[in-house]
Amino acid sequence: MAIFEVSGYKKYFELHEQIFPAGLTHLVDRTNHYNFGTKTQEFAVPPGVDPSGFLKSCNHDGGVCIEMNHGTTTLAFKFKHGVIVAVDSRASAGNYLASKDANKVIEINSYLLGTMSGSAADCQHWERLLAKECRLYRLRNNHRISVAAASKLLSNMMLGYRGMGLSMGSMICGWDKQGPGLYYVDDNGTRLSGRMFSTGCGNSYAYGVVDSGYREDMTVEEAYELGRRGITHATHRDAYSGGVVNMYHMREDGWIKVCKDDVSELIHQYRKGMF
Amino acid sequence: MLFTCMFQHFGDPGKMKDYHYTGPVEHKFSPYAFNGGTVLAVAGEDFAIVASDTRLSEGYSIHSRDSPKCYKLTDTTVLGCSGFHGDCLTLTKIIDARLKMYKHSNNKTMTSGAIAAMLSTILYSRRFFPYYVYNIIGGLDEEGKGAVYSFDPVGSYQRDTYKAGGSASAMLQPLLDNQIGFKNMEGVEHVPLTKDKAVQLVKDVFISAAERDVYTGDALRICVITKEGINEETIPLRKD
Repeated sequence: MAIFEVSGYKKYFELHEQIFPAGLTHLVDRTNHYNFGTKTQEFAVPPGVDPSGFLKSCNHDGGVCIEMNHGTTTLAFKFKHGVIVAVDSRASAGNYLASKDANKVIEINSYLLGTMSGSAADCQHWERLLAKECRLYRLRNNHRISVAAASKLLSNMMLGYRGMGLSMGSMICGWDKQGPGLYYVDDNGTRLSGRMFSTGCGNSYAYGVVDSGYREDMTVEEAYELGRRGITHATHRDAYSGGVVNMYHMREDGWIKVCKDDVSELIHQYRKGMF
Repeated sequence: MLFTCMFQHFGDPGKMKDYHYTGPVEHKFSPYAFNGGTVLAVAGEDFAIVASDTRLSEGYSIHSRDSPKCYKLTDTTVLGCSGFHGDCLTLTKIIDARLKMYKHSNNKTMTSGAIAAMLSTILYSRRFFPYYVYNIIGGLDEEGKGAVYSFDPVGSYQRDTYKAGGSASAMLQPLLDNQIGFKNMEGVEHVPLTKDKAVQLVKDVFISAAERDVYTGDALRICVITKEGINEETIPLRKD
């Protein structure tokens, strides 16, 4: 109606798109759900049941065992010369190692990186969606999205599905007009800005190593070594982390990939007296 | 979806429940079943191989000895899916329909990488009520090189050189790591894999799987994908 347009009254439908700008999403519990909805994202939901408990109840029933890829250690810290991001590369599904060279850093654009920990499918999907939204922002507004805004978009996506069993712990790292930026976003909708974060089941080991060696005025080589050590020691003690250390350095002119080192070789270098 | 929920479940009957009736017990209809089967894909320099056994089982029974799990999607891509057969059938139907839609709107066939990305979104749209299917796509990429993409049931995926999925995957994957990835071997020359050697390796590997996994056996269907097309071969395996 014309009166709605004049008074600026917005229907809930349109407000919904502003709160969850990642496109309209619907939860559908028809039994004939087929995803031909390539324009609007639809999620099928088991009818009448709480989705997060549903899968647990189906497991171990007549040999059915639905395992999703999981488990990680990731870390990131800010220092004088930018942001260091280091991740491991192990993806486990239950007790089976599904992959030893999984890619847990998504390169959103040349100034933004996102890390992934928790459920691999959740991280891949929502961070790809975030990359799409960042690209649309750049095209619509003619300037790059800030790290704060990008992390806010991701945390709002998570808030929309809070309580439904998503599992994602991510760090959004970038360099924008405010300088280096580092935000931690997780599946509860938590969004924190900080100087150093580590996520995943091996995070406590990584925190210990990085906390003891961190100085704001480190050189670039010292920072690389600290990131490498943090992941290596975490993979050594945590069963669900391992593989290789993938390290990125976020600088003023964009990110560079520093290294891809196998942790079993690194641990031998670091702990010569141990074995 | 019917849940026959009778009474509240009082405490844990433990071992005693096998011997006498301890009280009312809750039963639920499970929408999933495990139908077994193993799938394997290997990518070479200019070829890709997708192989699967053809046994369809449930519990202690075999439903069929001739139910292959490789599905031809395009002239350069084959999908192998194992897990719950009902979800495999529905998923392949949906993928076929989406391939046709793409062909009609874009006037070209989907590439292997595009099919992999699309499958990831199809699987994730069922994040809260997953397809119980373990997928592996094998095919040729735009440059003509072999490509293998492996998935988990909810859509996380990555590109690999070789991957085994399904019931005997934990037995086959270490063997492939050793023979194709040259892991756990010292002082060996890393010879690139030829097509004939790869086909022989796949046959040997499935024969081993049929020896030790009850859900794998009966016959082996191998699809070899090259730029000339897709060549299918069936060889017998143990039927016990």
